[in-house]
Amino acid sequence: MISCKHATELISQGLDRSLSLAERLRLRLHLFICIGCRNTLRQFRFLRKALSQHPWRL
Amino acid sequence: MYAFLYNQPVIHYCLPVSMTAAADFHTIIATLRPRLLGFARLQLRSAAAAEDVVQDALLAAMEGAERFKGEAAFSTWVFAILKNKIIDEMRRARRTKDDIDAEDALDDALSALFDQRDHWVDMPPAWGDPEASLEQKRFWEVMDTCLTQLPKSPARVFTMREFLGLETEEICKELAISSSNCWVLLHRARLALRECLNVRWFGETAS
Repeated sequence: MISCKHATELISQGLDRSLSLAERLRLRLHLFICIGCRNTLRQFRFLRKALSQHPWRL
Repeated sequence: MYAFLYNQPVIHYCLPVSMTAAADFHTIIATLRPRLLGFARLQLRSAAAAEDVVQDALLAAMEGAERFKGEAAFSTWVFAILKNKIIDEMRRARRTKDDIDAEDALDDALSALFDQRDHWVDMPPAWGDPEASLEQKRFWEVMDTCLTQLPKSPARVFTMREFLGLETEEICKELAISSSNCWVLLHRARLALRECLNVRWFGETAS
C-alpha cells in the first residue's frame, strides 16, 4: 500500500500528466481506504478550477 | 508612467474605426489596466516589475491595434502579449538567498504534515461546498494571500501551469528544469495552498 504522501504526489501529477496503469491502480486502492487523500484529490481539483476563475483573469 | 500612455496622441491614428475615439480607447485601457496589473503583480511579486510588463504589453498591443475590431478582441490580445512578457520576466528572475530559505521553510512545514510512515498527521477534512466560495470577494483575498506566501520556485511553476495554462513540458523548457523537478514543485505548491486555504478559509467556515 502506498503512503499518503506518495498518494498526494500521484494525485498532483495526475493533473499534469497521464498516470500509468500501475500508478492509477495503486492510487485507486489507496483512495478507497483513505478519506484524507480523497479530500485532497477533490481539493487539488478545486484549486485548478478556482484558479481558472480568478478575478484577474480575462 | 501612466501619463505617458494616456497622453500618447500618435496611437489614435492606428486604431480601428470602432476604437478611434480617444475617449473610448482611454476607457478600454483604464478598465483593462487594473486587471492586467493585478494579474502581473500576483505572479511577479513586484509592483515595479508588474508596472513594467503591463506598460510593455499595452505599448506592444497598441502597435497592432488596427487589426482588432472591438474591445473584447483587443483585451484578449493584450492579455496574450502580457502572458508572454510575464513568462520572459519569470525566466529571467533569479532566486535569492531569501527565496531559498523560504523554500527550505516550506519543505519543513510540508514534511510536518506527514508522520514517519508518510501518512497524514491530521487527515485533511472535507471542504463542504467549496465552489460557493468562488462568489465571495473575501475568498479571493485569502487565495491571493496564500499564493503570495508561496516561495518563488513553486509559485513560478504553479502560476505558469494554472494561471498561464502552460503544459509542464513547456514550463520545463522555459525554466530549464527537469519534468520531475517540475512535478515536485507543483506538488509542493498544491499541498501548501491546500493547507493555507484550509487554515485561513475553509477551517473558519466549517467551524
